[in-house]
Amino acid sequence: MTVPCVECGGRAILKRPKNRKELCKECFYSVFEEEIHQTIIQNNLFKRGETIAIGASGGKDSTVLAHTMKLLNERHDYGLNLILLSIDEGISGYRDDSLETVKRNQLQYSLPLKILSYQELYGWTMDAIVKEIGMKNNCTFCGVFRRQALDRGAALLKCDKIVTGHNADDIAETVIMNILRGDIARLGRCTAISTGSEGMISRCKPFKYTYEKEIVMYAHFKKLDYFTTECIYSPNAYRGNARTFIKDLEQIRPRAILDVIKSGEDMSIKDDVKMPTQMTCTRCGYISSSELCKACIMLDGLNRGKPQLSIGKANKRKQILKATADTGSTAAEMF
Amino acid sequence: SSGINAEYGEFQTFQHYFIQINLSRMDIVIELSGGAELLFDGKKRHEVSLPEEGWTLAKLLPWIRDNLLQERPELFMQGKTVRPGILVLVNDADWELVGELDYTLQRGDSVLFISTLHGG
Repeated sequence: MTVPCVECGGRAILKRPKNRKELCKECFYSVFEEEIHQTIIQNNLFKRGETIAIGASGGKDSTVLAHTMKLLNERHDYGLNLILLSIDEGISGYRDDSLETVKRNQLQYSLPLKILSYQELYGWTMDAIVKEIGMKNNCTFCGVFRRQALDRGAALLKCDKIVTGHNADDIAETVIMNILRGDIARLGRCTAISTGSEGMISRCKPFKYTYEKEIVMYAHFKKLDYFTTECIYSPNAYRGNARTFIKDLEQIRPRAILDVIKSGEDMSIKDDVKMPTQMTCTRCGYISSSELCKACIMLDGLNRGKPQLSIGKANKRKQILKATADTGSTAAEMF
Repeated sequence: SSGINAEYGEFQTFQHYFIQINLSRMDIVIELSGGAELLFDGKKRHEVSLPEEGWTLAKLLPWIRDNLLQERPELFMQGKTVRPGILVLVNDADWELVGELDYTLQRGDSVLFISTLHGG
């Protein structure tokens, strides 16, 4: 039983989530690649001659991203220099294996590769961090550190921009997460296709409108090599709740994923709502919404044996610091 | 009849039934990737012979859960269908093209489950 491709009549292999159209392999490749090219062009993501760091983890999104960036750069003559940038968080059994995949990607796509580790940047691996803080809030530490690590790596390599493989499903999940947690500061930023300000290396997401299903199908049919294990620390992540919700929504009405992103973009904040101001960290110079950036606060907490300092609201942090100063007890004893 | 002719007659009858039984079995291939294979002891390819014809995917899924799955059934199925986030391909094409759970399996079909539930 074969279903014809709506474009050319050939054997359809996919029903597109965004518009339910049936496509054959070749037409799917064309549409997939062309839509990403249009996203890049219409949003002016790159300029000729720029050096772009591709955030590469060895996973499905970054593998397809590396493949697509290289392909479009050549096909449409963007004139970009592409580098693979990989971060080793120090998660044994997970990251070591996925880094092997990135090394293979380096050869497959003939792109230079740089690997930076949390150990060399911060003196802490994720394994050591989890031992210190337990199984909750791991992703908070990892996410903050990784973001900075990517920036530092890109700066070292003298890159103009960073691209990451965040796809439509990811961004829809983030919108939902930020709504559930009432994080309006992040909500305002999370749907932007390009983020960054003066002094910081901007980063963009060419897959912002690309469905995860299509990324996986593309990788499957093109036989692209990627790493598939779930991070061992992720099952407890809050994002899991948002992901389940988005996946259930997708089953009912696939278009909902793009619609959630649009809602996130369209949400506006009332004038009288207090928003955090952007400044730079007094210790490391990184972008921050308070005097000390999150990474410095976290490192401080870890190095002092009080990692709870970096989780939760700022006034709670002040309370802990005051209380421990008064009584001389550690934060761990308090909880 | 008796003697060799009788035995040959029985053999023919036996052959006839043997072929009948084989004809009504259905051989298909079940494949797993994207991490889904971890629920099946890491085995990515399973050649199975189903006891008769007329199996829809709706019937196959619980059979897989009960006969091939090694752990955590809730990571493979949710209600009557696959857990959202698991893609299903029949003969290397999206199962949404052939009616999803309502698709009736044919001899020699291959069904591939790709999990997308991991980091990218």
